Amino acid sequence: MITLTVDGVEIEVEEGSTVMHACEAAGKEIPRFCYHDRLSVAGNCRMCLVEMERAPKPVASCAMPAANGMVISTDTPMVKKAREGVMEFMLINHPLDCPICDQGGECDLQDQAMGYGGDRSRYLEPKRAVENKNMGPLISTIMTRCIHCTRCVRFSTEVAGVTDMGAIGRGESMEITTYLEKALASELSGNVVDLCPVGALTNRPYAFNSRPWELSHTETVDAMDAMGSAIRIDTRGNQVMRVLPRTNDDINEEWISDKTRHALDGLMRQRLDRPYLRGRNGRLAETSWAEAFKVIAAKIKKTRPGGIGAIAGDQCDSESMYALLKLMEALGSTNTDCRQDGSVIGGKGRSGYIFNSGFAGLEDTDFVLLVGTNPRHEAAVMNARLRRRWLDDGLQVARIGAEADLTYPVKELGDKVSILTEIAAGKNPVFNKMKRAKKPMIILGQGALNRPDSNAILHAASALAKETGVIAGDWNGFNVLHTAAARVAGLDMGFIPQNGGMNTQAMIKAVQNGALEVLFLLGADEIDLSSVKSKSFVIYQGSHGDAGARFADVVLPGAAWCEKDAIFVNSEGRVQHAQRASFPPGDAREDWAIIRALSDHLKASLPFDSHDALRQQMMAEHPIFAERDVLTASRFKSQGKTGKISDKPVKYAISSETGRSFYMTCPISRNSVTMAACIDAFDGNLGKAAE
Amino acid sequence: MNAVWNAARSFLLLEVVRGMALTLKYFFKPKVTINYPYEKGSLSPRFRGEHALRRYPNGEERCIACKLCEAICPAQAITIEAEPRDDGSRRTTRYDIDMTKCIYCGFCQEACPVDAIVEGPNFEFATETREELYYDKDKLLANGDRWEVEIARNLAADSRYR
Repeated sequence: MITLTVDGVEIEVEEGSTVMHACEAAGKEIPRFCYHDRLSVAGNCRMCLVEMERAPKPVASCAMPAANGMVISTDTPMVKKAREGVMEFMLINHPLDCPICDQGGECDLQDQAMGYGGDRSRYLEPKRAVENKNMGPLISTIMTRCIHCTRCVRFSTEVAGVTDMGAIGRGESMEITTYLEKALASELSGNVVDLCPVGALTNRPYAFNSRPWELSHTETVDAMDAMGSAIRIDTRGNQVMRVLPRTNDDINEEWISDKTRHALDGLMRQRLDRPYLRGRNGRLAETSWAEAFKVIAAKIKKTRPGGIGAIAGDQCDSESMYALLKLMEALGSTNTDCRQDGSVIGGKGRSGYIFNSGFAGLEDTDFVLLVGTNPRHEAAVMNARLRRRWLDDGLQVARIGAEADLTYPVKELGDKVSILTEIAAGKNPVFNKMKRAKKPMIILGQGALNRPDSNAILHAASALAKETGVIAGDWNGFNVLHTAAARVAGLDMGFIPQNGGMNTQAMIKAVQNGALEVLFLLGADEIDLSSVKSKSFVIYQGSHGDAGARFADVVLPGAAWCEKDAIFVNSEGRVQHAQRASFPPGDAREDWAIIRALSDHLKASLPFDSHDALRQQMMAEHPIFAERDVLTASRFKSQGKTGKISDKPVKYAISSETGRSFYMTCPISRNSVTMAACIDAFDGNLGKAAE
Repeated sequence: MNAVWNAARSFLLLEVVRGMALTLKYFFKPKVTINYPYEKGSLSPRFRGEHALRRYPNGEERCIACKLCEAICPAQAITIEAEPRDDGSRRTTRYDIDMTKCIYCGFCQEACPVDAIVEGPNFEFATETREELYYDKDKLLANGDRWEVEIARNLAADSRYR
């Protein structure tokens, strides 16, 4: 520990801290533009100047290492004068266009100019003007406003791992640029907007839409991927205006992916706002809730229990899945599945399907084996953490799967999963590397888990895990990376075929040959029903008129994930509560309430009348749902079955091969204009990178 | 003696005579009332009447949708929605003032960085229905076009004191 004095108060800080940390520890606010906790120290804005005893000039506190016995003053006339000087220089070339600037109201320069700015300018010469740069469909640039803090440059090179940004020129002619006038080809590019302390980089789809003081904030969690990133949804009235990240060191640090940030503009497009019924002419026609329920009840009454099936989608909240599961139980059906992609996981102990080490576990690991996963697309923010580990201390990453740029070097083991048995048998150098590593880790992607031979892959992976110390003592590095926000919750409550029930593929087949008469789709839009031309009766409950609704006979309008208080369980198995940010439109209702109302019509009333009662019952039956915001370790059981792994190359869950782009993985993002623009702009790039 | 004087005063209706004399005096004095609406009194350049949205001399609307007037409005009478215009500039797509809510405090005019929203000299905008007092952007711009000469003159006259 280091002891130093800040403004007459003696405080202790850890070794390696800077003077700025010490000042903050002493409760002194230090103004800054270029310094950011998660980026390297640049020390070029000079706003954080403080006075240090026996130093001839004020020092930049962000770059000055704290040392024993330092005497720092942060509120002397000298400090104030120095900062005012810095601010005056900064404002010389900053345009006075706050009224038309989207950063207005939440601008660091605006705020700090209130403290250190003069009330008039002494600068009479012409101000400089800088040409705007093209940075793609997500970021609009007004480069004249730039104060050259280089946060964006440091973010894109350090965190995002794309070297597209940089500064050219010196002094007054310095310009931040993307060199080749191309969009920032990163899934995290939106974060530079948050980082920019002025209005030089702003959110393009949100341009001029609203002012920060008009927005109400909802702190919630994201359901666009299975990471469960901490986000804040800003709404004006009932309209979602933008999504910003919150800090959660265990999950997303303080970044979010572009899909999380920008896809919610698809929320109100193609939206189901009233029940629909397929008429005699084969077209969906508007109807009332009572009529829709009556038709469903009449159909289900005529159907034997085994002829009813339910599939839950990727963004369902736990409560609605639980309600549907209970309804299916009451109807006597065991055909339930929450794994639309045909994955085989679940049923054999919790540690077999979650990201056991937690995302924070990536900080400790020293060897990572990726199996059939492209984390850059499946969990973009987690990928940034992997990159940081590689950057900080050369984390080794090996991969089974097609080559794709992950922004850090990866040892390629080919795209055949069969190599896993070879490694497990010790015939591959990777085996020894894993053995030598202190905390090795296997990350299994959905691409490896939805194949016919996935049970064998799971078995080989869990055997390898036990063999090489991936699971040893307190450390459990057997990690399954999900892409669906609802998946872990579904598996936790057992939303999988029970007692010989049918799984997703079997249900689709049964729909085709008429063995399954009623199919209930709860927001299930990732299954291809186009081949299913059948007599069976499909009920779709969800938010958007997407793949699932197209083939439905009855459409029940539900709420999207951000329109209800809901429990989501992320890939790590962390139970998180999402809050309602806006209300579902028209006649659409919260999903659990729809299922509860339907159960009355089916003469199978569910035993809860309120959201609270539902949660209580769910938590009583599955205690894991009561463990909010924590990781719960569970004993690892061997997964899968022995078998032969085929030589077919593994396909990533989100890749051009499976026809899914990173930008469009769910009904909301498929209806988003911004995401469509991203595909136009990037998928040339990203698609190639993935191939 | 006093009683006699009081009696005489009552009998001779002296108070009434004095009052009538005053009436007669004012009857011949020039009138202070004006013949509204044919005549109107003078207004201060700071008079806060009906709102108007101004344009630049080249016809470009001044308002840049900064929403400061909306934020400052104590009666929350102003509603603004904004979007980038085709040429990329920041403009309002909606600028509504609910004149029935407005308290004519003039804060919007003070907050405006480009002198777009102003309270002009017009105070004669009574209507027969409430709905006519829900002003939209077209109405406000039309007001601006109609009153620009007076507004500009008033702003110029008052600029020394701002």
